[in-house]
Amino acid sequence: MMNYMVPEFEVERNMNRCVSCGACVRQCSYEVHYFDKDGKTVLSDETKCVACHRCAVICPTHAIKIKDYDMAYKTHANWTPLVQKEILRQAETGGVLLSGMSNNKPYPIYWDKMLLNASQVTNPSIDPLREPMEIRTFLGHKPDELEFNADGTLKTVMSPLIQLETPIMFSAMSFGSISFNAQKSLAMAAKELGTLFNTGEGGLHPGLNDYKDCAVVQVASGRFGVHKQYLESGRFIEIKIGQGAKPGIGGHLPGEKVTVEVSNARMIPEGSDAISPAPHHDIYSIEDLRQLIWSLKEATEYKKPVAVKIAAVHNCSAIVSGVARAGADIIVIDGFRGGTGAAPTRIRDNVGIPIELALAAVDKRLRDESIRNSVSLVASGSFRNSADIVKAVALGADAVYVASAPLVAMGCHMCQQCQTGKCNWGIATQRPELVKRLDTEIMYPRVVNLINAWNHEIKEMLGGMGLNSIDSLRGNRLMLRGIGLNEKELEILGISHAGE
Amino acid sequence: MIITAGKRGFQELNAEIREKLESVDKIRIEEVNGQRYIGTALDSGKTLELHGTPGNDMGAYLNGGTIEVFGNGQEAIGNTMGGGSVTIHGHVGDTLGYAMRDGEIFVEKRAGSRAGIHMKEFENMQPSIVIGGVAGAFLGEYMAGGILVVMGLNNDFNQPVVGAHCATGMHGGRIFIRGDVPLENISENITAIKELSEKDKSDLEKCIKAYSGRFGADFKNIMSVPFTKLVPASSRPYANLYTPN
Repeated sequence: MMNYMVPEFEVERNMNRCVSCGACVRQCSYEVHYFDKDGKTVLSDETKCVACHRCAVICPTHAIKIKDYDMAYKTHANWTPLVQKEILRQAETGGVLLSGMSNNKPYPIYWDKMLLNASQVTNPSIDPLREPMEIRTFLGHKPDELEFNADGTLKTVMSPLIQLETPIMFSAMSFGSISFNAQKSLAMAAKELGTLFNTGEGGLHPGLNDYKDCAVVQVASGRFGVHKQYLESGRFIEIKIGQGAKPGIGGHLPGEKVTVEVSNARMIPEGSDAISPAPHHDIYSIEDLRQLIWSLKEATEYKKPVAVKIAAVHNCSAIVSGVARAGADIIVIDGFRGGTGAAPTRIRDNVGIPIELALAAVDKRLRDESIRNSVSLVASGSFRNSADIVKAVALGADAVYVASAPLVAMGCHMCQQCQTGKCNWGIATQRPELVKRLDTEIMYPRVVNLINAWNHEIKEMLGGMGLNSIDSLRGNRLMLRGIGLNEKELEILGISHAGE
Repeated sequence: MIITAGKRGFQELNAEIREKLESVDKIRIEEVNGQRYIGTALDSGKTLELHGTPGNDMGAYLNGGTIEVFGNGQEAIGNTMGGGSVTIHGHVGDTLGYAMRDGEIFVEKRAGSRAGIHMKEFENMQPSIVIGGVAGAFLGEYMAGGILVVMGLNNDFNQPVVGAHCATGMHGGRIFIRGDVPLENISENITAIKELSEKDKSDLEKCIKAYSGRFGADFKNIMSVPFTKLVPASSRPYANLYTPN
């Protein structure tokens, strides 16, 4: 049937280079490439192309280029080709538009409008290659004061704390939304790096038992895979209230993705839809959240910190204050650029606020109320590089979660089609022939490399500021200056303008 | 062994229960006064007998243990329960057995709103909730598996046996309702079936027998009124909701 749409991309095959080896035909799960009737000439149906670049990367002769489909539209700033295309899709199916990855609209990125300080003369900078530089991070509830016994031993009963060797953790991506190999690569990297990965709401796959000491186990509204042993497995327990990519709505893993293994980890029948309701139906208030937090603490005999993850929304500083008072040990705030395996496009692109503003507002609110020490703040959604992370720590984050960046390290080219389950890179898929393309032994060292490189860059930036410990940067907004920001933005971020 | 809950806070009480259960398998707890989280993640082979009114989240993440309450229960009993048995000789509040995956809950009298929401099943894990009285709104919302039985016995206030929005978003499992079903309260994506299969009958009888045994009810009298089965019209209610973009 004619669908009234021109292709999004153009596949340009250089026939002088193409040796008809068929690698592209075998590699493309979207079935773009195919052999002509002669069995030799390779052709392409570019209407199916999603620009994931798998074919272009794998082609031994670099014969393939993916280009934007160069189509002229009568200029209209309002009714852009994309707007028209989305209307056509909905006109055909009557469906809610569903996208993957993350908000791709050109909203302000405040990380790029903040500049870091460096020492000159008065406070010497420090060279991390020659001097100790501390980026070890502890997460959990910290007491207001410490009491000691007469013999000098600690009298205060400490809440359980999580020790991380880097302020960077891997955020929640369930087995189901990503492949076992992708999740295992993250688990292996976390173990080597001394940090944590997060199971998401997919349960803990038995194949990751060796990595449970670096797992965060999530409890979300569907309560999939949640049982006593699961709660006891993780280093900490994360209650998922919201997600930056889709604040206010639940999750829905379609039955097609609930394979035997996914069903075992989630403890639901194979092929059934895994529906996570929008709210937890036992949480309609801060008091109810308190109840869930304490039930989890009771279930794990107060040995595990309990985290609460919320999406960054308009009133998040007041909400976080309530969550802190409800007894959370760690609070995760997920900004509107955070990733997802699938979210309604309209929600992904229009709901929530940037993590930079939310984090600054939350940190200030908790300080104003003198309860900042009672919780650790973890920021997420999204961190593209080590400078973003350093700026987040200066705005008040204890640690950050990253997910998209390690996926890029494993091959993701941001085609934003995670929701289709056809990921040619073996990441966002459950199809065995695609999953096996992602070799954990090759991929986990790439993730380790990335985070080690970032760790080193963080140390360089800290040293440049004359700091030898990341603790000295936490909430230290004097190290930040705004560039091209208005008065209100500077006020919310709690920073001065460059030159001030 | 007997423990008195009295006016103690939940942390102290539950710590004592955990400690005592290391050496005994059964504890009777008297003067329970709304203390929360009693029997959280209680393991198989352990039994708590409660006298009084336990607080919210009793038997949350229950791990095969047995809890019997001589009194009423409050909210979120058997929350995310993974197995075991809960019996309440009285009424219970809202959100009974939320997301329970295995085990059984018997309530002698009424249950509040949102009983059995998001119950699920997995392989040989087949959870069941049996409510002797009437149940409130949103019974079995998002239900994905297991058995819910509501009987409407001793309906002194002549309330509908199930409240509004019953089985909204249900996509698995079975609900059995005794007597007249208030169809206006049943979600439109649900099929009500009056003819029960042999498996339905045997599963239902097992539940009713267990209920009668616990509360001294007359099995024959209960079974003398027909039950209606509610099942989802589709196991994939949202299969065609989305368009890839």
